Amino acid sequence: MAEVVLETHGLTMRFGGVVASNNVDFKLRARELRCLIGPNGAGKSTFFKCVTGLQTPTEGEVIMRGVETTHWMPHQIASLGVGIKTQTPNVMDSLSVFENIWLAARRFHAPRNANRKTQEIIERLALGSIARADLGQLAHGERQRVELGLVAVGDPWLVLLDEPAAGMSAEDVERMTEIIHELNKTAAIIIVEHDMQFIRSIAEMVTVFHQGKVLMEDHVDRVMSDPTVRNVYLGKKA
Amino acid sequence: MPGSLSKDAITIILVTAILTWVMPLIISTYTLTVLIVYGMLGLSLGLIWGFGGILCFGQAAFFGLGAYTYAIAAINIGESTVPMILAVLVPAVFAALLGAMMFYGRLTDVYLGVITLVVTLILFKFINSTAGPQYVIGDARLGGFNGIPGFQTLNIPGRPDDYIWGDSYFYVCAILLALVFFLVSALLRSSFGRVAVGIRENETRISLMGYDVRARKTVLFAAGAAIAGLAGALFANWSEIVTPSLFSLGQSAEIIIWCIVGGLGTRFGPVLGAAGLAYLKFLLGQQTMIDNTLITGLILVLFVLFLPRGIVPALASLWKVSFGRRPLGRIPQHRRMRNRERING
Ligand SMILES: Nc1ncnc2c1ncn2[C@@H]1O[C@H](COP(=O)(O)OP(=O)(O)O)[C@@H](O)[C@H]1O
Ligand SMILES: [Mg+2]
Repeated sequence: MAEVVLETHGLTMRFGGVVASNNVDFKLRARELRCLIGPNGAGKSTFFKCVTGLQTPTEGEVIMRGVETTHWMPHQIASLGVGIKTQTPNVMDSLSVFENIWLAARRFHAPRNANRKTQEIIERLALGSIARADLGQLAHGERQRVELGLVAVGDPWLVLLDEPAAGMSAEDVERMTEIIHELNKTAAIIIVEHDMQFIRSIAEMVTVFHQGKVLMEDHVDRVMSDPTVRNVYLGKKA
Repeated sequence: MPGSLSKDAITIILVTAILTWVMPLIISTYTLTVLIVYGMLGLSLGLIWGFGGILCFGQAAFFGLGAYTYAIAAINIGESTVPMILAVLVPAVFAALLGAMMFYGRLTDVYLGVITLVVTLILFKFINSTAGPQYVIGDARLGGFNGIPGFQTLNIPGRPDDYIWGDSYFYVCAILLALVFFLVSALLRSSFGRVAVGIRENETRISLMGYDVRARKTVLFAAGAAIAGLAGALFANWSEIVTPSLFSLGQSAEIIIWCIVGGLGTRFGPVLGAAGLAYLKFLLGQQTMIDNTLITGLILVLFVLFLPRGIVPALASLWKVSFGRRPLGRIPQHRRMRNRERING
């Protein structure tokens, strides 16, 4: 079996009285693709924030490739090779598509190589025609794709995607799926999504969050047919 | 930024040559010299605020620190070369320490503003209270509210008796401003500068890319202070006396107004804003009918209301609209419309 790249033990995050993450034990192996589902407020985004250092967990620990990173800063964790697309877009709107991706590439490469890597990603993501446009002027789907591009350009071995397909057209989602599969050849990926069809098309293993806790973790088919899961999550949607 | 650094260099040399030739025909070189100094001071805040997103309410503190460092060092050393270097280094080191404290302490922007403001106030109060004879550094008496007069002014390096003054001093200041402007351009075109702009745009994203935002902000803050310090030393040489008013909050506020009026996020805007408003202040100072600060305040309000991005960005977009090539932005505009059509049906 592949090595474990991400592990959390008893991860807990409290905001005053709200327990956003509650004693989460989680394990992810190299090049695994995992979907994270759960109703709004289940603590999925909070889990991502704790893993990437955007928030410091109240209790518990985070271990990446055998190194404890619980109290590290975001830039230290990112420097290990961890990329995240946050739920709300985190991009530089007044800068061009090229500049956005270049800045990410430059972190790990000398200027000349950064230029080359940026060009490669821009071609791979079919962003060539808008490479010089400011990000703020682009359509939602394009911006999502750019954010994925600036994550991918750093050659991460762990990628967290918080609702990457939200608000995108079917065509955009299809393209997104392709990119994710490409990324998955070298990186372990966790995807938070609500779109069941998308999840079925992409994932095998699914972890269900509910009220900050891991409710269930199993193959996508078994998760989808589980009555408890249907109750807390699917039931509400139907 | 469009173009390249070598194009920047050519533009800077041409503009400097033309301005130093034309402007003395209109305004005396003595007045022009101080406008240049203020331009440099404006540029120092324009760099850290306009490109790094760091709003410092105490840029005057570094200006005053540069001026005092020069005066004190010049009295003790005599020859002006080392004092000039110290006048750049001391504010830079001071800002590095202050910046590290603020940025590593994860202070929010509001507290950053408050702290820089308070530091300026403390320096002002402190220097003001050093009138007594016990306040000396080497041979230099700090002099309190009277300031420090009678120090060695700029001389040709290595020749303490060959003073640079009058028109020569004007040309030296113009060349130094051009040099600083070039260095700022080089900084902004470097990877460091591009990351700094990224920090201004989205600090979280830059740190999620793996950059240490705290360290980078500290360095940029110190670079701004170094430029303000140089401007302070040049001011000291021009006025031949340094007084606590250099540190005043009024001075700090003026620098902020220069940047807003000239245009943040441009290199030339803060220089133009500084020189323009300082000249206006000079003209208004020659009459007593209208109050100076009232006019400055009025100009600020008018700009915030009608030209919030400042003069230079407004002129730039005007230029683009009238003479520019079709802006790239149009293309995605069409795409977006197409996408919307697609979504709507
Ligand atoms: N910064 C915060 N301050 C206070 N409460 C928060 C904060 N972030 C998240 N929460 C709360 O934690 C819970 C989990 O939120 P979140 O992780 O965003 O859920 P999800 O991403 O699964 O929809 C919610 O109840 C939310 O209101
Ligand atoms: Mg969420």
